[in-house]
Amino acid sequence: MKRTTGGAGLLVYAVFYLAFLYVPVLFLPLFSFNDSPFIAFPLSGFTTRWYAQLFADTAVQGALFNSLRVGAAAAIIATALGLPAAKALTRYRVPGGSAVLGLANLSLFIPEIVLGISLLVLLNVVAVSLSLWTVVLGHIVICVPFAITVLMSRMEGFDRNLEEASLDLGEGTWMTFWRVTFPLALPGIVSSLLLCFMVSFDDFLIAYFLAGNETTLPIYIWGQLRFPYKLPAVLALGALILVTSTALVVIAEWIRSRGLEERRHRMVGA
Amino acid sequence: MAALEGGLGSRLVHAYRRSEAARGLALLSPTMLIMLAALAAPMVLLALYSFWTQSGYALDTNLTLAQYATSIGRANYRALFYRSLEISAIVTVVTVLLAYPMAYFVAFRAGRSKFVWLILLTIPFWTSYLLRVFAWKLILGYNGVINSGLMSLGLIHQPLEFLLYNPTAVIVTLAHAWAAFAILPIYVSLEKIDRSLLEAAADLGDGPVRRFLRITLPLSLPGVIGAAVLIFVPTTGDYVTPTLVGGSSGVMIANVIEEQFDKVGNWPLGAALAVASMAAVGVATLLFVGAVRAAAGRIR
Repeated sequence: MKRTTGGAGLLVYAVFYLAFLYVPVLFLPLFSFNDSPFIAFPLSGFTTRWYAQLFADTAVQGALFNSLRVGAAAAIIATALGLPAAKALTRYRVPGGSAVLGLANLSLFIPEIVLGISLLVLLNVVAVSLSLWTVVLGHIVICVPFAITVLMSRMEGFDRNLEEASLDLGEGTWMTFWRVTFPLALPGIVSSLLLCFMVSFDDFLIAYFLAGNETTLPIYIWGQLRFPYKLPAVLALGALILVTSTALVVIAEWIRSRGLEERRHRMVGA
Repeated sequence: MAALEGGLGSRLVHAYRRSEAARGLALLSPTMLIMLAALAAPMVLLALYSFWTQSGYALDTNLTLAQYATSIGRANYRALFYRSLEISAIVTVVTVLLAYPMAYFVAFRAGRSKFVWLILLTIPFWTSYLLRVFAWKLILGYNGVINSGLMSLGLIHQPLEFLLYNPTAVIVTLAHAWAAFAILPIYVSLEKIDRSLLEAAADLGDGPVRRFLRITLPLSLPGVIGAAVLIFVPTTGDYVTPTLVGGSSGVMIANVIEEQFDKVGNWPLGAALAVASMAAVGVATLLFVGAVRAAAGRIR
């Protein structure tokens, strides 16, 4: 009896907690459709003109294109680095493996501002001029921990005998990777790509230090926040970003969990 | 004979292990190299910079502690260090306390809908940090959501001015923006707890509260500590939140570090401020983890 009331109390708490997480952010889409340049109650009517204003702005398109390119490059490189590392850490007993993992995860424990300025200092010393590629470099550093974590959880799951069987049956190392490891790791690879893309697409501070004269979408948004009359269009942009990134996260998690689910069935079946 | 076989066998095993280690290292080396080049080397260089001096446009590379003397000696920098640590400490405590029951619910009570809850809780984690912080500026502003809402309901006649541009606004915003970071580590450690331990405690006569205090809480402490560190360390260096909602009384250390690298152009001082703040955060984190462990020891 007591247990059920406790459970109900927790459920109520959980619902309130979700509301706390989501409601503040939902004001962005709400006011992006409000027919007033002022972001305040009462709402004054429905409009899509802020979206029209946004789509007419070529600076947004340039920034968006830059962010997409940087995100794609950072996601692909971080995942390509994460894949062999995850394989090594789950398949082989490597001396110093945990130290490498610690180094790879270190960026999670360093404030972004320090990551940004330290790379800025290094690039300055080695005389590399700032560009979108230097942003990609910074984003690789913050993406690799996510790539390794996602890929390791996928690699831990599948049967290493499959790889050994392939080697025993005469396939070379490369073909074994291509025909056995890669397909089995694919759900992990896809969700790593999506999550790394999100991390890069979302990052403001590192890009702010490393972009030089280039503009990514968060840098563009940051620049707009100073001008009150531009805020409604920023809200429209924010609403679009929220919807898109939510869809991507749901897809990434769904792919990853479907992989885990399959494995559970196979284990039960065997 | 047996000894010979054993020797050969162990040598073969040794060779295999060695090649396994070699293969593992080969696979790890690209990641290791890029992390050394783009993470470790920059940090070392930043530390080196903090011992140099900016003189006009030139950099004086004679080693000196002058930047640290300025960083620690100037009263307003010291105040910013304290404030950053204090704000982050409060944010960490608030976030972890709010997240614990949520993580507990998902781990023990969500049943079949566990996966849906986990996705719902991770979505905000992946959606624009900048926008999550900015949302609070809209909510707390002079003409913002709360003020205009209360005024159109007729509850207040003047906008409340104390909502935005102060340390409390920074704390509320950070606690919201980092909420998801606390839930996952706590959830993972709760999920790992062997349920038969709870049953055993119940069979031996422990009530729900004692059972929670003696089994669930101590066993979930690694997750709590992980969550706390994962929030405390990055938030001390947060730049976006104090800039957008902090006002002049909510300025944090990251704001002056950014100034040194931007407007002021004194990189060595900026580097020293960054290194000193990381050292302060490191010490505070170690003290905190030690204190939690000691407290946990006393519970049992």
